Amino acid sequence: MSAPPDFPTIFELSKPGRRAWSLPEAPEGSDIPIPDEHRRLEPPRLPEVSELDLVRHYTRLSHRNWSIDTGAYPLGSCSMKYNPKVAEEVAGHPGWQGLHPLADDELVQGALRLLGELERALCAATGMAHLTFQPAAGAQGELTGLLIMRAWHAKKGDVRKRVIVPDSAHGTNPASVTLAGWKAQEVRSDARGLVDFDALQEVLDTDVAGLMLTNPNTLGLFERDIEKIAQAVHEVGGLLYYDGANFNSIVGKVRPGDMGFDVVHLNLHKTFATPHGGGGPGSGPLAVTEELAPFLPVPVLAWDEQSATWHWEVDRPDSIGRIHSFYGNFGIDVRAYAYLRSLGPEGLARVSERAVLNANYLKTLIAEAFPTPYPGTCMHEFVATAKGLKKHGVRALDVAKRLMDFGFHPPTIYFPLVVEEALMVEPTETESKETLDSLGEALVQIAAEAAGDPNLLHDAPTSTPVRRPDEAQAARHLKVRWKPG
Amino acid sequence: MDFSPHTDQDERAMLEAIGVDGIESLFEPIPGSVRLRDPLGVPPALTEPELVAELGALASLNTAQGLVCFAGGGVYDHYIPAAVRSLAARAEFATSYTPYQAELSQGILQALFEFQSLVCEIYGMDVANASLYDGANSVVEAVNLAVRATGRGRVLVASTLHPHYTDVLRTYTTGLGLDIDTIPFTGEGTVDWSRVDATDAAAVVVAYPNVFGRLEDARAACDAAHAHDALAVVAADPTAMGILKSPGEMGADIAVGEGQALGNAMFYGGPYVGLFATKERLVRQVPGRISGETVDADGRRAYVLTLQAREQHIRRAKATSNVCTNQTLLAVAAGVHLAWLGPVGLATLGETCASRTAFAAARLAEIPGCRLKFPGPRFKELVLETPADGRRLARRLAGRGWLTGPGLGDWYPQLDRCMLVAVTERRTEDDIVRFAEAIEKELTEP
Repeated sequence: MSAPPDFPTIFELSKPGRRAWSLPEAPEGSDIPIPDEHRRLEPPRLPEVSELDLVRHYTRLSHRNWSIDTGAYPLGSCSMKYNPKVAEEVAGHPGWQGLHPLADDELVQGALRLLGELERALCAATGMAHLTFQPAAGAQGELTGLLIMRAWHAKKGDVRKRVIVPDSAHGTNPASVTLAGWKAQEVRSDARGLVDFDALQEVLDTDVAGLMLTNPNTLGLFERDIEKIAQAVHEVGGLLYYDGANFNSIVGKVRPGDMGFDVVHLNLHKTFATPHGGGGPGSGPLAVTEELAPFLPVPVLAWDEQSATWHWEVDRPDSIGRIHSFYGNFGIDVRAYAYLRSLGPEGLARVSERAVLNANYLKTLIAEAFPTPYPGTCMHEFVATAKGLKKHGVRALDVAKRLMDFGFHPPTIYFPLVVEEALMVEPTETESKETLDSLGEALVQIAAEAAGDPNLLHDAPTSTPVRRPDEAQAARHLKVRWKPG
Repeated sequence: MDFSPHTDQDERAMLEAIGVDGIESLFEPIPGSVRLRDPLGVPPALTEPELVAELGALASLNTAQGLVCFAGGGVYDHYIPAAVRSLAARAEFATSYTPYQAELSQGILQALFEFQSLVCEIYGMDVANASLYDGANSVVEAVNLAVRATGRGRVLVASTLHPHYTDVLRTYTTGLGLDIDTIPFTGEGTVDWSRVDATDAAAVVVAYPNVFGRLEDARAACDAAHAHDALAVVAADPTAMGILKSPGEMGADIAVGEGQALGNAMFYGGPYVGLFATKERLVRQVPGRISGETVDADGRRAYVLTLQAREQHIRRAKATSNVCTNQTLLAVAAGVHLAWLGPVGLATLGETCASRTAFAAARLAEIPGCRLKFPGPRFKELVLETPADGRRLARRLAGRGWLTGPGLGDWYPQLDRCMLVAVTERRTEDDIVRFAEAIEKELTEP
């Protein structure tokens, strides 16, 4: 049987002479003052398509893509909750979209006020004193925070060498530590799935710049010893960094500032429901205590009482410098602000309540088929294991692929690394009981299939635009761009 | 409005299934001593019509938006085609996430594969990644790649690179102990590359066109790098690539750029999209996500995220970069925009910008007391020297309905009487004539 036809690339739709573009042209015979030595002679081989070709191509591509608007997306650690349409609509206002970033402060007072109010609200939610919007995503927030920690230590004449990260941390944590010029040191989790406090104490000394902690951690468990941990880190002169990836499970319930954290990044695309855009843009604002505020990146937003205007302050001698071309992903901040204003304080608390309720409910539904290795209730997500299916020759990957045939996006798999055959499930607060019931049933049925007819899992998925791709071949015979004929 | 669908009955049934008596029991792991006792100090909830009205009112305080835009400095008021806006806004793209599960993500993966291909074409390079945060971030990642690849710690950066990019480079690499030297510009507004000595350098970074809109001799910059086995990094304006030689043609090892001008709104500085392309031999050093072609179990063409062993979620502390989230949706828009333009549209866009900039240069130079600070070939942007402080003049012109600048005094104190003027395809000759008249008036009747 011959393979079904390939879905064409935009290049394969090209026909010389077709066009979609419509732009003013330089007047006939006018001077195009580009000297020969700079003139491009070979035009880039861009496709030539009609506008309808273009529209159909990308519309059809969009149909080959799962999205929150398509169906449930319980991807752990990613908080794939509903992205309200109204946030998109208000962000589309030309007063935001058409705004040049180098316009004088007095011409952009709406934008500055929005940022000022969002800063105040996010500081209230995290229990921190000041915040920068420059980081474009969580990882950039991490680096910004680490550089602030570095500058704070340096100001005291203190040279530190290591930053501690738990073994369950996101990969960005150790990678950011390296980029900040420090060494990442892992501390193991204990039988509870929490930071092993004794192990932590063993590695803490005056070479330690700080500890990066996600709380609740990536296992979906709240670090109960947080006060003890904070005290121990502070005792050796270190700082406590809060990775806000899981802030959505505690918003309105407990604040990182009250737990003893000094530096906090938030992922607005998680807690504050901005669209993930197929992998970005995000927005990773960074909040700090009063003591660390002088080190924030420039420019810093400031309110002038006398003129009653907002402005950007650049004269900040202790600042670490600029981290983004301008002020960060402003367009995402507008959406997050719209979301925050829609919910208000009670609505935000309900976000964490229902995210936690949904996760615990789903965990209960599938507990027999896919147990969690750590006891007790979870927060907004849980990490189950598929290792019980290994005796049937079935792995977490197969479960994930089979779930697609039931009309669900799979959970995150093989992360965190501390759980064997991990299925990291985050239903989010915007999924209904009915959806969770169907998702739970599907997972239970898949576990039964694994025992009865494992090939159903090995051959899955069969209902998706393509079946399992050969990842090894992709890496071995690298093809990362179209080339003509 | 909290967008969650739970009825009271749902909640009761779910709690019962879990075996707890209330939602609060689920928060028991949080020590009481740190629990929040009061509601969050954030403004009360708004209904949807209230929200739309409130944010609309806030947006309308941004008076810059109503001005005719001659402002530049790395961000440009280009036309965004309706088809680009509409396709990139599709919720199937916008509300999806990183395509780790390829079978359900072929749309994004293929759109990124096409984006990478289009970036390679315009820049004349072999491989591109699926985007970085912004132009500054692309420069940083290019330098970090060069440092890894050469094992050296010295970096030469043209002083005519966007000063914010250089600032970001310095901030980002604080902990790595790099030795970053900026190379001064001459009276021509460009670097004299024949005098640049790249001994022991990991990278030489040049902007093309540069922050003044001037065309650097990027080939000479690349030669200066290669004379000492440094990598040549060329930061090029993608909208110029239909008429200007590509970085690849001039010898670049890494081509980077800000992709805002390709179908993305100015949006007060972000989200934008960092372009990043390089040579095949460096592909395993590339930061960030890459979409690659393969086949599925039925032999059909399919796409996956590839070479993931470079990335932080696999390699952790030893990854090529800490980047995770990128700017996919803006990369999709940039790809759609380049396909909308095609080779002829991209050349036309460049020619129109160049020809109108030339028209503006000639007209603005006629204003009494004003002159072009840097004569010579340029693209889309010029530096006007005026009798007044450039920052002050730009501010006053806003009062007359024109957005221009920035004045250059903050970036280059010696250029305090200068300001940037950018001319895209959206500015007509009539706009330019009236803009010149406004400057004349401002200078004569302050």
